[in-house]
Amino acid sequence: MKRLCTILLALALLLPVIPARAASNEITVYNWGQYISDGSDGYLDVIAAFEEATGIHVNYLTYDSNESLYTKLKTGGSTYDVIIPSDYMIGRLIEEDMLLELNFDNIPNYQYVDEAFRNTAYDPENRYSVPYTWGTVGIIYNTKYVDEADVGSWDLLWNSKYAGKILMFDNNRDAFAIAEALLGYSLNTTDEATLRQCAQKLVEQKPILQGHVMDQIYARMEREEAWIAPYYAGDYLYMVEENPALAFNFPEEGFNIFIDAMCIPKGAANKEGAEAFINFLCSPEICGQNLEYLGYSSPLSAAKDYMDPELAQDPIAYPSDETLARGESFSALPTETSQLMDSLWLQVKTAGSDVTAYLIAAAVLVAAAAALTLGLKLRRRRRLAQRGISRRMNQA
Amino acid sequence: MKRNGLLWPYVAWMTLFTLIPLGVVVYYAFTDSLTGAFTLANLSHLGTYLPIFLRSIFLSLASSAICLVVGYPVAYTIAQARPSRQRLLSMLLMLPMCMSFLLRTLAWVAMLEDTGILNQLLGSLGIGPLPLIRTNGAVILGMVYNYLPYMILPLYTVIMKIDPRLIEAAQDLGCNGRQVFAQVTLPLSVPGIISGLTMVFVPAVSTFYISQKLGSTGTTMIGDVIESQFKTAYNPNLGAALSLVMMILIFLCIGFMNRFTDQEEGVMTL
Amino acid sequence: MKTFNRVFTVLVFVFLYIPMVVLAVASFNTGSDIAVFKGFTLSQYTALFRDADLLRLLLNSLIIAVLSSVLATILGTMAAVGLHGARGRLRSAVMTLTNIPMTNPDIVTGVSLALLFAFAGTLLKINSILGFWTLLFAHITFNLPYVILSVLPKLSQMDPDLQEAALDLGCTPVQAFFRVILHEILPGVISGLMMAFTMSLDDFVISYFVTGSSFITLPVEIYNYTKKPIQPKIYALFTLMFLVILVVMVAMNLLQAQDARRKTRKRGVRI
Repeated sequence: MKRLCTILLALALLLPVIPARAASNEITVYNWGQYISDGSDGYLDVIAAFEEATGIHVNYLTYDSNESLYTKLKTGGSTYDVIIPSDYMIGRLIEEDMLLELNFDNIPNYQYVDEAFRNTAYDPENRYSVPYTWGTVGIIYNTKYVDEADVGSWDLLWNSKYAGKILMFDNNRDAFAIAEALLGYSLNTTDEATLRQCAQKLVEQKPILQGHVMDQIYARMEREEAWIAPYYAGDYLYMVEENPALAFNFPEEGFNIFIDAMCIPKGAANKEGAEAFINFLCSPEICGQNLEYLGYSSPLSAAKDYMDPELAQDPIAYPSDETLARGESFSALPTETSQLMDSLWLQVKTAGSDVTAYLIAAAVLVAAAAALTLGLKLRRRRRLAQRGISRRMNQA
Repeated sequence: MKRNGLLWPYVAWMTLFTLIPLGVVVYYAFTDSLTGAFTLANLSHLGTYLPIFLRSIFLSLASSAICLVVGYPVAYTIAQARPSRQRLLSMLLMLPMCMSFLLRTLAWVAMLEDTGILNQLLGSLGIGPLPLIRTNGAVILGMVYNYLPYMILPLYTVIMKIDPRLIEAAQDLGCNGRQVFAQVTLPLSVPGIISGLTMVFVPAVSTFYISQKLGSTGTTMIGDVIESQFKTAYNPNLGAALSLVMMILIFLCIGFMNRFTDQEEGVMTL
Repeated sequence: MKTFNRVFTVLVFVFLYIPMVVLAVASFNTGSDIAVFKGFTLSQYTALFRDADLLRLLLNSLIIAVLSSVLATILGTMAAVGLHGARGRLRSAVMTLTNIPMTNPDIVTGVSLALLFAFAGTLLKINSILGFWTLLFAHITFNLPYVILSVLPKLSQMDPDLQEAALDLGCTPVQAFFRVILHEILPGVISGLMMAFTMSLDDFVISYFVTGSSFITLPVEIYNYTKKPIQPKIYALFTLMFLVILVVMVAMNLLQAQDARRKTRKRGVRI
């Protein structure tokens, strides 16, 4: 009895430790991994600065693709106050009525956002989103191992010379965009036959891939475990500081230009806190310091004053108009096209050559048969053994 | 009779958190992701995933078999040791089970990578780099590493409990060491073998972390597909259908294996 | 054969411990690359103790592990006592119920609970249902069978006359339970509790599916860490946890050894 009492007492003592949800002064921010200046290497710790400035505590969580974010929101069960999806995903979220309209009275710093990033295709009336960064997608490669002559086109990612050393996006929209660009289609095509052709192209690529990855790309490229990977330009600028042998290429067929913007999803617990956070990140000073760490391009020209001038002039972060002319931004796809792309992507990911499948099947059967005979043999032997021993024991 | 009253809170709990959730899985498996209407579409795609199911079964069967072959001598040796040493060894066996399997798997990644520890060592000898990681072999290695203790522990428990008088009797009756092992020890450890195989096979066939870290684009397992349906692709209905099929498959496998043991609760002998 | 077995066993233990050595070495590494040792430092440990978020997650894991294992032990012990008295169809039905979470793969348990909670969330109109409570319910659920399966054998080993004797001597059934039965089955209860605690502390797969934005445990965050460039302070945390568990296990081992010695001595006296 005493022991039970002690246990119950210990339990009662533990209960107060259970997180009392600080409802009023906390916001939950759900952002991409490695996508905010976190105070390392002497850069600004943006979240700590925000907490200090406003007294609002930030519960910071990360995802690694727009699709993970969408799944998390759709599955429900969790609430978030600020999310930072990309253009096409914002369009999809607006269409599915999953975002709250922002109160721009609480976001005065919106005035600094450049004209080019207002009234965008995904949020034409500027009601739901405030741009965070913009950037481009290109190929990152390691100059130590990759022949410059092979660089220039997306087909570098299909070059079997580098088999096993090539990484690929682990999200359908970015992966399909590469196949679409390579095959000469629009990045926003809704044509089923085209998409199927692209999926086929992606299946062809699988045998020479090291893997489909997202955030793991940093470690793999910096450590030279992989040599070639398509990724976001801003992240290249981050990686090249760790490994100077890395280089970046804007493929000739064209590439994606994206905008990532801050939104508030429906069900947010602390909308005003969220707006304060968005406003904070839109102040040119904070934005400049944050993006200096990230390497992504700024939608606020005023922020460049607070950056290292070298970055503000960088031809990869801010490519020439001539290069940008080759870019194309994503628009939200109709639901049927998104679904088709989802299922095609699943096929790409699960496709395996049939021959191996049959071999594996055969191996399974053999193994099962072996297990069966072994089991039966054991069973018979055991019976024999038991019978034999008991009989012999009786005789003795 | 009165004691049955103690049972009801448990039965209620398990109904709420085990039976009803399985009912929800079945419900999702047979409904459409958009409209919520009844459909067989989720299950009709199964043919597409047959190679993946087969691959999962093959990889986990292979690792279960390796665990058995590697684990049996170890369990036997521990069971033969002095009591104090038995305690020490079983403690050493349980310790890795308490540590984060994610990080331990990650350590294998660091060892097997092209630029990893083993290839660096081989490189200094002038060999390599060998393709160690991102192969079926690496996935099997990861499974064997993670689940080997789950094979050894039940085997050890069963072997330890074998009545030494049986072995003495067999020896008195003229059996040599090999015969004693084949006729007495091995048959009597069948329940441990079955339980160990189950405890390795079930987590191995459903893993997604090991195949994600140590595997490649060609080693996708059914756990990967299920995880992606719930975490990135938002198709819980397809995920539920695949979970249902995997569950049925496992129950069939266990039922099949349990035919080789007469013991009532042969599944778990921890 | 004997030497072969011994050498083989040693090799298997080396195999089991090598990855942990790699992680421990990495925790003293000045570089962040686990495969290249650049130099010795303790800075990962100071970084760890300065990281309030990481320590908070560890605390979260401990809270869930303690609460779920204790509650599962209470509920499970009650159930085991009830089950011990039950016969026939009821018994086999409950045993089947107990075996379901044991034989189901973790991913199915996790997925099914996630679907249940999502369903309950829409039904009860709770936006952020995934969090502390869902995690606790899930952990209690997968802990229960371990408790029952470790208590049941002790109950069947118990002398059935003991309880009757207690009742004859004027105990109420409740008193009989706490004074007699609990004393007899205590080793089973404690080992069930310990097993539940460790299962809960290390659980990743089920937690991964039922965790939300408001309450996250350490293994789930470690999974997120392994997707990003991993921060070496995680290795420091791993090494410290390894040491703590090692100390606890050695202590338990010594207690067991003492216990065993006492038992043999007692027997010796009696003879």
